[in-house]
Amino acid sequence: MNLSPDPWVWLAALLTLCIYSFLYKDNPFYKAAEHLFVGLSAGYFLVIYWYNAVYPDMVVPLFKQGKLLCIIPGLLGLFFFFRFIPKVGWVSRWSIAFYIGVGAGMSIPATMQMRILEQMKGTMQPFFSLETWHVFVENPSLASFGALIGIPLMIVGVMCTLSYFFFSREHKGVLGGMSRIGIIFLMIGFGASFGYTVMARISLLIGRVQFLMSDWLGVID
Amino acid sequence: MNLEKLMRIDRRLIFLLIALAVIFPLLFPIGLPTHLSKPVQDTFNAVDSIPPDGPPLMLSIDYDPAAMPELYPMTLAILRHCFSRNIRVLVLSLHRAGPGIGEMATTRIAKEYGKKEGEDYVYLGFKPGFGAVILRMGEDIHGAFLTDYYNRPIGEIPMMREIHNYDDIPLVICLSAAAIPELWMMYAGSRYHQTIAAGVTAVSAADYYPFLQTDQLVGLIGGLKGASEYEKLVNELEERLGVDKKRKESLSKEEYEKLQVSHSKASAGMDSQSIAHLVIIAFIVIGNVAYFAQRRRKR
Repeated sequence: MNLSPDPWVWLAALLTLCIYSFLYKDNPFYKAAEHLFVGLSAGYFLVIYWYNAVYPDMVVPLFKQGKLLCIIPGLLGLFFFFRFIPKVGWVSRWSIAFYIGVGAGMSIPATMQMRILEQMKGTMQPFFSLETWHVFVENPSLASFGALIGIPLMIVGVMCTLSYFFFSREHKGVLGGMSRIGIIFLMIGFGASFGYTVMARISLLIGRVQFLMSDWLGVID
Repeated sequence: MNLEKLMRIDRRLIFLLIALAVIFPLLFPIGLPTHLSKPVQDTFNAVDSIPPDGPPLMLSIDYDPAAMPELYPMTLAILRHCFSRNIRVLVLSLHRAGPGIGEMATTRIAKEYGKKEGEDYVYLGFKPGFGAVILRMGEDIHGAFLTDYYNRPIGEIPMMREIHNYDDIPLVICLSAAAIPELWMMYAGSRYHQTIAAGVTAVSAADYYPFLQTDQLVGLIGGLKGASEYEKLVNELEERLGVDKKRKESLSKEEYEKLQVSHSKASAGMDSQSIAHLVIIAFIVIGNVAYFAQRRRKR
């Protein structure tokens, strides 16, 4: 064992243990670490925003370079704080309206392009490809089989999943069959997401355990 | 064992078993094999295709310390890949918690490879506004970032003299624990046809696979597993290039071994990952068997 002499490593290790103590049950150590985290984050982000946005992009241009146009975004930003004064709280709606307007204007066409048009283009593929068939025949393997059935599987999956979300007709007959297959595709998708989520949570635990065992206790390299 | 007891098992026992499943493989490594996936290989190839001392890779550090166990090893591996091949790097952050992490990673790896700030890499720091910043950089990076992280005017930095917008950036890699790669695809990809790859936490990896099929992403590194694959590729590359041999000759045995450990941090966690997954699968199977057996008994 090679304990760290660094007091900051000790502090980080003790705070990690405070947070993990919640797994046993809620307790004051967990609460203290949680409040410390919230307070520190708020202070840290305030400083980050001041030095990376407010000071270089508003204070310097406005007061040192005389760029008067900076008053407009500065005022819009200040209006947000009017929410703290109930009588004039309505002024903050101007800033919110501007923010939502700009955000929607920027994102709607871009989202259409990225999420819908590009994805539709990706789905419009030939159902069966002779090229992948030849590759499979010449070199039969799991990978070439996957490439062969990949596109048909994707097209069937998209059609069936979309039919599950078609609510203007009762799910009977062909539509009912397709929507049932759609449910299977959805379940596989949810399963993949869940599996990845489990993996992510375990990874976070591994990261913390590596820190405790390596940086703090020094029992591993 | 009584099935009802099994269904009411104390959750703390599960936590304890998961903790043991993580701790023991770290103490006694098994060396379970991990296989290379195509999206990670594609990301590696995309970085590798950038010419040395040419236009830089743009690396966007868009995550907070909570995502560090998964994304920090990726960051280090990508930077090592670039510096071992003399590829220049332009690092920035669009996440408010990212600038400190970005600086720590960049300075550490640059020092290790003897790279000069301003010539071999530039650290632009943080700028709030996500989409607005990405769009602005499409027009003029010098307009989006007036100074670098160390408050040096962008125009005075030698490397930045040749870099103005995405036309001068062959590849952007966004490392994120949130939906920021989508913003890169929306604003830099769709509008400026910028080539983009992403490194994401495992939670969001499944959401990004559709974008690989449409080539909106040229590569994807997902979670700790993806990071360990990239680490492995970089370690192999360094062996081929002789970087590892040079390092071995210039460092003491202890220093070299310490460095080797830090270069395989993600891979070291993969045994724990696999064992913990087996424990979880076992619990899912036991839970389901107990549930169905109990239901049959009730009928």
